[in-house]
Amino acid sequence: MDRAREAERRAGTRGLLQQLDPRVKLAGVLALVAAVALARNLATLAFLLLLAVVAASASRLPLRLLVTRLWLGTLAFTGIIALPALFTTPGQEWFTLPGAGLIVTVQGATSAAYLLLRVLGAATLAFLLVFTTPWTHVLKALRTFRVPAVAVVVLGMTWRYILVLLQAAHAMFDARRSRTVGPLPGPVRRRTTAAAAGVLLERSMRLSQDVFLAMQSRGFRGEVHVADQFRMRPRDWAALGAFAVLATLCVWMGRQ
Amino acid sequence: MHIPDGYLSPLTSAALYAGAAPFWYVALRRVRAALHTRLVPLLSLFAAFSFVVMMFNIPLPGGTTGHATGVALAAVVLGPWASVLAISVALAIQAFFFGDGGITTLGANCFNMAVAGSLAAWAVYRAVAGNAPLSSPRRAMAAGLAGYVAVNLAALLTAIEFGLQPMFFADASGAPLYAPYPLRIAVPAMMLGHLTIAGLAELVVSAGVVAFIQRSDPSLLARGAGMTAPAAPGNGARGGSLRPLWAGLGILMVLAPLGILAAGTAWGEWAAEDFNDPAARQEIADASLGVAPPAAAPSGLDRLSAVWTAPWPDYAPPFVRSARFGYVLSAVLGVGLVILAFLLLERLGRPGRREGQASG
Repeated sequence: MDRAREAERRAGTRGLLQQLDPRVKLAGVLALVAAVALARNLATLAFLLLLAVVAASASRLPLRLLVTRLWLGTLAFTGIIALPALFTTPGQEWFTLPGAGLIVTVQGATSAAYLLLRVLGAATLAFLLVFTTPWTHVLKALRTFRVPAVAVVVLGMTWRYILVLLQAAHAMFDARRSRTVGPLPGPVRRRTTAAAAGVLLERSMRLSQDVFLAMQSRGFRGEVHVADQFRMRPRDWAALGAFAVLATLCVWMGRQ
Repeated sequence: MHIPDGYLSPLTSAALYAGAAPFWYVALRRVRAALHTRLVPLLSLFAAFSFVVMMFNIPLPGGTTGHATGVALAAVVLGPWASVLAISVALAIQAFFFGDGGITTLGANCFNMAVAGSLAAWAVYRAVAGNAPLSSPRRAMAAGLAGYVAVNLAALLTAIEFGLQPMFFADASGAPLYAPYPLRIAVPAMMLGHLTIAGLAELVVSAGVVAFIQRSDPSLLARGAGMTAPAAPGNGARGGSLRPLWAGLGILMVLAPLGILAAGTAWGEWAAEDFNDPAARQEIADASLGVAPPAAAPSGLDRLSAVWTAPWPDYAPPFVRSARFGYVLSAVLGVGLVILAFLLLERLGRPGRREGQASG
């Protein structure tokens, strides 16, 4: 919830990406993520990551935010996965780890670097999109890419009710904690967690019925329409061109 | 189990988007036909519930904690097709907004968890729960087992996708471009955690929540148990056609010769004569972490391998010269035999038949 609030706040500031049409940003970010996936050399991957960091700083997203909110977690997760590859990937010996006697291969180190740079690059680009664009705008922009209207509406409503249900779950756990003295034994904790999930499930189903009736009473007959209110300005066309040039350049650079 | 961007090649990602697409299409057609205007709020709320329940930390025996995906609960409460959609929506929001799972790998994550997970969970739940009453403890047990199987199947698919990457995608120096571990490392590493912690968490949540619902509102289990009132004829409640699934099956059959591309030998699938062939012996040793095979074929293998000779060995009948064509022919024949077997089973198990015989 904190992340959602912070993302909404950052999306409202006047940075480089915040001022662009959401459709341009979505297309641009997807094209660059595709370039990250396609790149077959480390220099291109490093360039794409650098590009994402420069775009973040031009959009008033401080490096500290990137590091604390994204990179530390990503590095911890992918780092643990990539580490053994240094030793298990067969190939030319690079050096032996002193003390442990483990041999690091050139191919192992390269492979770990591919994985880390690729994961960091793609995650930073996705982060840029979410932290510079209100979620409702991202959803509306999806319509431009022929995502069915019903999927867009379901995604939007899901997002809204995630926040509602999260609040309900928090309240439930707070209520339970405020009535509990001392630690509970494992089986009781398992039962209470399952009961909380059960209550939340019942609440969700009831809420879906209420929401359905509310929608029907406002004239909903199953047809879904999304109002497209975006308008392309000259700077959006320029940004679209820049994204296209950069993505093409990166795909070309990364082909070998 | 949420695969981030960068772990799978664009080709694998595209193939898994293509693999998930027919299921999304059929699911949407079926669910829309069954739910009509209720589709949007029900899917949204259930996807939101799945998302939130994924954040619950479950204390597990042994002092550790894990979290569930809610896929079995979705299949049990909503049925398999609505579950495919609800879990896919939850995964899409996690990928786009929370960076949990990638954008290019969303198709793979949906294929593993939403599609394979939901269908497997539903099949296990229906098979184990049978026609037990809604309040029967057997249903809670069935839901727990369904969750365990679904999560482990999804993990196995994920591991296989990881394990295929270094086989096909490496740079000029031989360094893997994406997930770096071969199948022999990826599968055990992935399954160890899922057969124990993650599978157990799913089991505890699925069984616990179903047991809770049985006490508080058993009617929620009626849809997944197939106990809802039958729809009026003519409103298409049985939903969309299975044509996209047949098309998907056709594509998979055409792609069957892809297996020829795999390098090396399939571990453990050796013939007795392979032990006498130096090239085959080298392949066996390479596939077994360098451990040399015994000097001669084990006597049991030698004796038992003569018991049955396949009429169509090595996926190609003797009269077919092209290995690729032989693979496609084998795929067509194999799928045909499986469909025939199920048609026969269905005919044997159809209640009308017995009634008809009794009255006749």
